[in-house]
Amino acid sequence: MRNPLRAISESGEDRARNRGAVLRRLLVELKPYKGVIALAVVMMALSGAAQGLSPLITGQIVDKVLLTGDLPSLTRMALLLVLAYLVNMVATRFQIYLVSRTGQQILAKLRNEVFAKVESLSLKYLESKQAGDLMSRLINDIDALNNFFTQVLSQFIGAAFTLGGILVAMLLLSWQLGLAVLMVVPILLVVTNVFSRMARRAFRQTRETLGDVSANLEEELGGVRVAQAFNRTQENVRRFARSNAANRDANVSATAITSAFTPAVDLLSTLDMALVAALGGFLVIRGVISVGTVVAFIQYVQSFFRPFQTVTQLWTIAQSAFAAAERVFDLLDMEATVEDKPDAVEMGRIEGHVRFEEVDFSYEEGQPVLEKVSFEALPGQTIALVGPTGAGKTTMVSLIARFYDPTSGRVLIDGKDLRDVRQLSLRSQMGLVTQEPFLFSGSVMDNIRYGHLDASDEEVMAAAHAANAEEFILRLPEGYQTEVGQRGSLLSQGQRQLISIARAVLADPRILILDEATASIDTRTEVLIQKALGQLLKGRTSFVIAHRLSTVRNADQVLVIDQSRIVERGTHEELIQKNGLYAELYRRQFYQPEEESAPAAPAVSS
Amino acid sequence: MRGVFRSLRYLRGYWKPAFGAFISLIIVNFANLAAPQLLRILIDSGITPLNMQVVLQVAGLLVVVALVRGLFFFLQGYWSEVASQGVAFDLRNQIFERLQHLSFSYHDRSQTGNLMTRLTSDVDITRNFVGSGLIQLLSGIILLIGTVTILLRMNPLLTGLFLLSVPAMGLIFAVAVRKFMPLARTVQEKLSALNAVLQENLAGIRVVKAFAREPYELSRFERQNQDYLAHNITLMKLFATFFPLVFFIANLALTAVIWVGGGQVIGGRMTLGELVAFIGYQGYLLLPVFMLGSIGTMMSWAEASSRRIFEVLDAESEVKEAPNAYPLPPVQGRVTFENVTFRYAGADQDALQSVSFEAQPNQTVAIMGRTGSGKSSIINLIPRFYDVREGAVKIDGIDVREVTLDSLRSQIGMVLQETTLFTGTIRENIAYGRPDASMEEIIAAARAAQAHEFISEMPDGYETLIGERGVGLSGGQRQRIAIARALILNPRILIMDDSTSSVDAETEYKIQQALENLARERTTFVIAQRISTVRRADKILLIDNGRLVAEGTHAELLECCELYVDILASQFGAREEVNAAVEEALK
Ligand SMILES: Nc1ncnc2c1ncn2[C@@H]1O[C@H](COP(=O)(O)OP(=O)(O)OP(=O)(O)O)[C@@H](O)[C@H]1O
Ligand SMILES: Nc1ncnc2c1ncn2[C@@H]1O[C@H](COP(=O)(O)OP(=O)(O)OP(=O)(O)O)[C@@H](O)[C@H]1O
Ligand SMILES: [Mg+2]
Ligand SMILES: [Mg+2]
Repeated sequence: MRNPLRAISESGEDRARNRGAVLRRLLVELKPYKGVIALAVVMMALSGAAQGLSPLITGQIVDKVLLTGDLPSLTRMALLLVLAYLVNMVATRFQIYLVSRTGQQILAKLRNEVFAKVESLSLKYLESKQAGDLMSRLINDIDALNNFFTQVLSQFIGAAFTLGGILVAMLLLSWQLGLAVLMVVPILLVVTNVFSRMARRAFRQTRETLGDVSANLEEELGGVRVAQAFNRTQENVRRFARSNAANRDANVSATAITSAFTPAVDLLSTLDMALVAALGGFLVIRGVISVGTVVAFIQYVQSFFRPFQTVTQLWTIAQSAFAAAERVFDLLDMEATVEDKPDAVEMGRIEGHVRFEEVDFSYEEGQPVLEKVSFEALPGQTIALVGPTGAGKTTMVSLIARFYDPTSGRVLIDGKDLRDVRQLSLRSQMGLVTQEPFLFSGSVMDNIRYGHLDASDEEVMAAAHAANAEEFILRLPEGYQTEVGQRGSLLSQGQRQLISIARAVLADPRILILDEATASIDTRTEVLIQKALGQLLKGRTSFVIAHRLSTVRNADQVLVIDQSRIVERGTHEELIQKNGLYAELYRRQFYQPEEESAPAAPAVSS
Repeated sequence: MRGVFRSLRYLRGYWKPAFGAFISLIIVNFANLAAPQLLRILIDSGITPLNMQVVLQVAGLLVVVALVRGLFFFLQGYWSEVASQGVAFDLRNQIFERLQHLSFSYHDRSQTGNLMTRLTSDVDITRNFVGSGLIQLLSGIILLIGTVTILLRMNPLLTGLFLLSVPAMGLIFAVAVRKFMPLARTVQEKLSALNAVLQENLAGIRVVKAFAREPYELSRFERQNQDYLAHNITLMKLFATFFPLVFFIANLALTAVIWVGGGQVIGGRMTLGELVAFIGYQGYLLLPVFMLGSIGTMMSWAEASSRRIFEVLDAESEVKEAPNAYPLPPVQGRVTFENVTFRYAGADQDALQSVSFEAQPNQTVAIMGRTGSGKSSIINLIPRFYDVREGAVKIDGIDVREVTLDSLRSQIGMVLQETTLFTGTIRENIAYGRPDASMEEIIAAARAAQAHEFISEMPDGYETLIGERGVGLSGGQRQRIAIARALILNPRILIMDDSTSSVDAETEYKIQQALENLARERTTFVIAQRISTVRRADKILLIDNGRLVAEGTHAELLECCELYVDILASQFGAREEVNAAVEEALK
């Protein structure tokens, strides 16, 4: 098992066993800030000293100065007091600033790390997860670590110091009473342990339910149009309220546990104090210790339990951070299934020779999506993939882009097995127009430029021209600078496709994949695009998936896919000749048997 | 502080726990005051004279006080969480509900990541203040007033001296809050932006990966993150400066008290005892200052966040039900566009210009036209996703703006151009608009949409789980589920916006067949690019550039309309070949 954390999280077992591991990883984050933290501790000590000094000065004033009636020294002392407060203020300021800055910096670093991790995860993993939950891990959960790095840590250090000092003093004063006081400590530790375990579990609930709320939100916001169209809004509100209520309840229970903890410790320490008083009285009667010792002890007990309470309480609160950290680390430890091999090589400039050798593929075990698929595309060829819906066309091109790895068999480009090359070097030479056009919010210009970040405005415009998008772009309110909205919501569906075609064209890819790239585009525009692409595609290998078969007629090779296999292959003419599935699909577009009224299509020839 | 005050109103539903928490806090404070007294008694009259009777009694009393204090400490924490989480719950539900009802125009222009930040982070910040901040504020004020009252009785002069610092503190407070709030707002905005980048990356991961843009996205994210960090640090700096400063001023005032009081004692105008007693109370003066100081920042942050929340809650929906809206009676199916002109918010051109047509009950109307010509815009006006600028859209002669949205939309079945499915089983997705549909109805709808076959081939059949947006299905499979989802409503008006674009011709043909056989009593609008899809429509509308340029049957348009013939020609590249194919099939 390479990664204990993840294994545990997936089994959903009691992760508390790994508290140590989580804590250690959090502490590791602090390492680079050793200097700053040391400085913050100095500031803490400074402000502590100034704070401790001021009552002394006040005491001096009362005890000495006022009794002697020395006015000038009163002023002196008052000024001294002001000085102490000033020091306190400045030291506090720096301490707060340093600690909170460090905390924020660590959070920012973690966010970057997690984001980089998310970007590197395989499509398979990402698509199986709810986006909103991932978002919640990256934003909410990381944010929940803040109090660990700032509050918990800084108070913890101070309290731990005090605790140690008092402990030593106590034992030196009277070991009998000292032990009596300490007797309660094991009990307290057990109680703390029980509570923190409970708190951990409760906080984990809060994190998970928040993830659910976030996931629910993300999805419902994306689907709000459908919800309105189907009158589902009331039902959605009800469902959201459910996940919302689960989060509320989890928070309330977590708080119930942490707020019960303080009184529990308080009660135990008071009991302890009562014990010390009784035992102390007894010992005094026996003549073992003096009254003064008992009095001092009672004060010690008090000052012992104050930091002790702080420490244990902080520990309980820290559970919230630990619960959040688990989710963050879970994600960081995730193994991407499509990873570069350690000895992966650069792809090098692609010639365009694509070969499938007996490729089998399944998304889920036991459900083959591709079986024994073999074919070869020569450099510069246009390959059309045709077949009924769900046949496996998109899957095939996903393998070329290595979104997934074949279950068995090989996918080769220029003779290199894709598993042996660096993914970035492969994909940077590919242009893909996905079946569902996806645009980012930003301007039209930004979106096309996504294909080639360094492209000049002129190049962007040329690509738009080739994709036949120029005409509509120029009619937009701000031309190329018009915002397209999230997912391109301010454009028509076909316009989104045109832009994604332009984006792929601009990428100047060695291999171009068009997955129903013109499905929502009208046929007249499509014809124009085809003409333009025909020019551009010279010397590049391209894969075209289309249901409108007029689109694929000019392909060098048509692969007909049905039920996970290639059932026919050849040129358009050959396949028509063959009169198989392709010919049938082709004819179906123009001719529908039940239609008596008009053999209308031929009329076009007029 | 408008936002904060308004969010306080949400406490009304939780006044009992909130009040309970408040009372509990006061009790805890009293108990805290009592404990040292008891301890003093324990030492002075128990241990020192060695009176075991007293020692045991007082020790017992201490335990009782601890119990009481513990109980109320717990109750205070618990109740204020109940109240504040309740407020958060209500706020979130309200925002969510609002978002569910805001019209398309709003969602066209908003970003999911941004809205999500408002629903999580902003709500949480507001909640935090409303829940614990307010209670602390109140008890801080009460403590302050109490202490000041006692001190005024004791020594008006010194108290007055201390109170002189109050305006100074108030001023700093006000300045800080004023500076703090816009910064807090910026921080929340930066967080939103970060969230939006993240959300888009997750939604568009295929594109990111396809273009090998991971490094670019990472640098984009890092930039946003850095920006967020920088603003956060500025905010922290402000807090770190301002908070100790307030504290310092209070301390300064106390020093002044000691100095002046000391002078008075020396001058014999005041006894030492009086001054010492006064000094003894300084802790009680500082505590509320301390509390108020930290609450100040909390409050201005909450103000920034609550404003962001109320922005959503107050957003005007462009499509509003008329005050006297009535339910649309059962629809016959006559749909009329009367000189409809329509423009999207923010656009500078009309998307539709004086479009007029009428669809008779049970007719099939096909809409064709170029990309971006306005086809989707037309059909989006029927269920009133947007409102027309001029003219009217009428169903059975009733303007859609006169009726309730529910009654209107429940009689219209839609297959939107962009297929959106939801996490859940295939069955749930088909039954989306009618969660109570029986299995037979679901299967019937799936059959008509030609989805039954592939669904039954899946290992879990209708119970197969699909991911967000339909992950796990092919494009055409998704579209067919979306068609089934509309068909199960058995609507009087059915609208299919390019809903067979990802489906092969064979399957599409079968879907058409099924639609025709299923029921003829409905008005159907079909947007499609393929002539084969629209050919048998009772009426074809040709849209170009937002105008209706021709209308008629296939045969009519062939005769009269050049544009139509053009479209046709573009689909039949090699005409002779098509003719041949058709003729052959006809034999
Ligand atoms: N992410 C996935 N997880 C599991 N199964 C999947 C996934 N994506 C697709 N499938 C299944 O694999 C099969 C092939 O899907 P694919 O998307 O390759 O079809 P396609 O030929 O592109 O169809 P269409 O023309 O409808 O787009 C389908 O049965 C589909 O249900
Ligand atoms: N939400 C929106 N906000 C602003 N403008 C929009 C919006 N939606 C569409 N448009 C613009 O309105 C025009 C008509 O768009 P519409 O979606 O109706 O086209 P369409 O005919 O359906 O095209 P397609 O065949 O590509 O789907 C287009 O120019 C488009 O850019
Ligand atoms: Mg596909
Ligand atoms: Mg459209």
